[in-house]
Amino acid sequence: MPDAALSPSPSPAGGRGEHGEPLARLEGIDRRLVVATQAGLPLAPRPYHALAEELGMAAAEVMARLRRMLESGVIRRIGAVPNHYALGYRANGMSVWDVADERIDALGEAVGRLPFVTHCYHRPRALPLWPYNLFAMVHGRGREEVEAKVAEIAALLGADCRAHDVLYSSRILKKTGLRLAG
Amino acid sequence: MDEADRAILNGLQGGFPLCDEPYREAAARIGLTEAELLERLRRLLEAGVLTRFGPMYQVERMGGAFVLAALAVPEADYERVAEAVNALAEVAHNYRREHALNMWFVLATETPEGIPAAIARIERATGLEVFAFPKLKEYFVEMKLHA
Repeated sequence: MPDAALSPSPSPAGGRGEHGEPLARLEGIDRRLVVATQAGLPLAPRPYHALAEELGMAAAEVMARLRRMLESGVIRRIGAVPNHYALGYRANGMSVWDVADERIDALGEAVGRLPFVTHCYHRPRALPLWPYNLFAMVHGRGREEVEAKVAEIAALLGADCRAHDVLYSSRILKKTGLRLAG
Repeated sequence: MDEADRAILNGLQGGFPLCDEPYREAAARIGLTEAELLERLRRLLEAGVLTRFGPMYQVERMGGAFVLAALAVPEADYERVAEAVNALAEVAHNYRREHALNMWFVLATETPEGIPAAIARIERATGLEVFAFPKLKEYFVEMKLHA
């Protein structure tokens, strides 16, 4: 998921941020700026000037708006978005764990701190089919590497883990990321 | 990939400057010239090593929503269901995974109300129940992969 154009953020779905503040809908000029940059920045020595020309505004305003979106978290970061597969990380395991709800925050924080965990979330169970409430994505160069990392998570969770599984992706069916319509 | 490519991948995943000549400044940080950096970025993008170079937006901070969901698809019907699910613009990615729940996809919508609407459309199109796994809490999200 990290290479989606729009990545998940710490705020839960539902239009409110992590601390309950209402979120501003993206409108007008900021929206046009998102549409103009969501596929990437111009590869030219003065990319913000190129965008400014395209959008009919001053380069200083383009930079100021991008800075504001970075500060508010609308933009997570600006830079290179690598393709996992091209970097040799071909195995992608979604490790899932059943832990006590009262312990999950402490355990989730600890699992999220492991250097090889790229995403870590508390999600609802779907009983009886799905008993797992802690999701940790693990990438590796092969399944053996992922298995070894999952074993580290299991060791960290110890007796707090009641059941777990690892779901490998065996086929990418679609990968586009969200694109706002221009 | 050589040392300079690795420096780009490991050093420029974030923090690209907001200034008049950001490529010049970013290049200097990793010991390249502006022209070298632009040339290498072009090549890494063309080769698919980079999927993109630019801002990574967070849909929820823009008022939208992002939800992981899954289906238990009968094997004989897998291709038809994959096609039906992928046809929705709201499906940002979709993976086959080995489990009774064997199709896992992410719905990304511009408004929170878009999620139940997309789920209803998928259920109608596939005849299957969609299991939604919205995040209740995020403990960590970060690219930590090294080239």
